[in-house]
Amino acid sequence: MELRRDVFQAIADPTRRAIIALVAVHAMTPSAIAEKFDSSRQTISKHIQILTECELLRQEQSGREIHYHFNAKKMKEIADFIEPFRDMWDDRFNKLESIMKKYKTKK
Amino acid sequence: MERKTKINAEEGRQDLVITREFELPVDLLFRAYTEAEIVEQWMGTKVLKLENRNHGGFHFETTDPMGNKHNFSGTIHHFVADQKITRTFEIINAPFDVQLEFLEFEGLGDESSKLTMHVIYRSNALRDQMLKMPFAQGINMAHNRLEQILKKNLK
Repeated sequence: MELRRDVFQAIADPTRRAIIALVAVHAMTPSAIAEKFDSSRQTISKHIQILTECELLRQEQSGREIHYHFNAKKMKEIADFIEPFRDMWDDRFNKLESIMKKYKTKK
Repeated sequence: MERKTKINAEEGRQDLVITREFELPVDLLFRAYTEAEIVEQWMGTKVLKLENRNHGGFHFETTDPMGNKHNFSGTIHHFVADQKITRTFEIINAPFDVQLEFLEFEGLGDESSKLTMHVIYRSNALRDQMLKMPFAQGINMAHNRLEQILKKNLK
């Protein structure tokens, strides 16, 4: 569960989603990825690191270069769709609880 | 923050169970379901009809941020104060069939209570579709933002 939450955090960031979209088309080197963005190389490399840590990207060495591949299997795992459904109900119930607590003190 | 709500949706079945414990006495939890003014607050909907009795019914109307109106209605089959509501639930003009809901309210001491919501759908496919809706909405929103970002950031 802990890991899954991290994955959701990883894809919550728009730049990281843009990186996933790029790498999903074809494997890329870190510098090729960085070239596509206005942000600094360090920033992009930090994003790549996070995506790799939660296994959305995977590294492959080819000769002297590292290519990043999109890990579709992991993405499918995220598609474990229950979490957003649960969050929706949980938000609703939290609201119910805080509203009723006010009624409680009024009583 | 830890999520207090639990969803039990077993693979291949056409039902699911939602459970949640509240720091509220059971009568207050029950009121949140039976007083129109309170339902309106936490469900974010307008209550057009709410008849809390055996063979009663309800009708809600929600307006989304785009100004579109969505209607929900159902029949209350069985109503026992502070204990139980058995009802149907349907989204009007949507390609989903009606669902059957068993709501059970249980006091856990004086200050806390538990809600168990057993929802039965017409088929396993329909259940999974309903489960996926919030996920799909999230993905669509992410996708729209992604397009904007790509337009802005890609040289």
